[in-house]
Amino acid sequence: MRVIQTVQRPLILLATVVLAQVLLLAVQIKRGDVRLIRSWAVWVLTPFQRAGVSAIDGIGTAWNSYVSLRSTRQENEKLRKELADLKLRSAHLESRAAEADRLGGLLAFREANAEVPMLVARVIGAGASESSRTLYIDRGESDGIHKNMAVITPEGVAGKVLEAFSKSSLILLITDKDSGAGALLANSRTFGVVRGTGEPTVELRNVINDQDVAIGETVLTSGLDQIFPKDLPLGTVASVEKGNPFKLIHVKPAARLDRLEEVLVLLTRQEIPAKKETEAATKAPEKKP
Amino acid sequence: MALRAQFEQHIEVHKYPWPAVWGTAFLAVLVRAFLPVYFPNAALLELPLLVTLYFALSRRNPGAGLLLGMGIGLLQDSVSPVPIGYYGIAKTLVGYAGSSIGGRLDVDHPISRFLMTFAFFHFHQGVLVLIKRVLLAQPEAMFSTRLLLASLVNAGIAVALFPLLDKLRKAS
Repeated sequence: MRVIQTVQRPLILLATVVLAQVLLLAVQIKRGDVRLIRSWAVWVLTPFQRAGVSAIDGIGTAWNSYVSLRSTRQENEKLRKELADLKLRSAHLESRAAEADRLGGLLAFREANAEVPMLVARVIGAGASESSRTLYIDRGESDGIHKNMAVITPEGVAGKVLEAFSKSSLILLITDKDSGAGALLANSRTFGVVRGTGEPTVELRNVINDQDVAIGETVLTSGLDQIFPKDLPLGTVASVEKGNPFKLIHVKPAARLDRLEEVLVLLTRQEIPAKKETEAATKAPEKKP
Repeated sequence: MALRAQFEQHIEVHKYPWPAVWGTAFLAVLVRAFLPVYFPNAALLELPLLVTLYFALSRRNPGAGLLLGMGIGLLQDSVSPVPIGYYGIAKTLVGYAGSSIGGRLDVDHPISRFLMTFAFFHFHQGVLVLIKRVLLAQPEAMFSTRLLLASLVNAGIAVALFPLLDKLRKAS
């Protein structure tokens, strides 16, 4: 009997519980939702759900920050590399622009002196000796260049051809110790000789102490050396001192000898009119900042 | 009483602290309601059913099993867009059946747990389909590929979950 009761009791309980829930379903179908039970359940569960959402959002934010940081770091490195590449490119383009400006100046000078045969040459190297001031250019005998031809820039005299090879030539700059050019002071028309010293400035020699020489006075070629045409700018007087027996005059070269990249080789000793030379210099395109 | 004690001597009946039982049930419903928000595929997971089944099989008390099933089912109904009683009836029956079978079979073996979970999952789904068709007059498919997949997934989860729930047992 008790065994039967042990078995029957759960069955009765099951039937009761199931019937009650079936009735509950019927009530809901007939009358609508049972809001009270739902309200209690949601009231109990909602705080835990909110806590869970906050925790997951926090973890998600931290993870996204970590991932974003990593990707930001990678992007940062990529951008740095890109910036370095762009800087290189910019420098290259600036160099090309500067080259274009220089070539523009040379072209203007040539056009202004179209009757004077001259050749544009690019500086391709410097002399191997520490004490010499020489340059190599990319024009040689095959282009019509010979020894002792004058080499100039639109600003002034650069030097002369020391040796001419088949496709290149060696240029002796006026600042070299072995260099010399006949000179004259623009104002007084006093003759002298410009000699290189191996330094950035050159010396104007053989000017007597009695001669007035002003600082800033222009020094021109005299044409007496049979190399440089007359009245080409050599430089400007930088300093004057009394010497024995001649003045000690230092001249700053007109041409920018430390920045030569293109030069003009005069194929003849024909004079270049000073007026046209001045116009050519003013017509040269202005360098962009 | 003596008969009951004699009955229980032949079958190992596990006892659990009631806060652990209801806490686990509550957590199962909470996770079931919460997880699909972030992981839509988690809707396959039927944690309340697994918890109902586990305690029913382990406690082997039909009365306690069906009441636990009813409680979990009604709680699940409360947070679901279904009428109250829908899951309640199904889990009541699972709780009763599980407790009845638990006394006759070895329910601690992993393969046994896998197969029983698989079978009870289909039983549970069958009850739900009956409720929908008969009581609610709504169409519902009896069988689908998704149902088969879900039953396999839940059976696999049960094999991993049940040993963890074993740790809630009171030391005998």
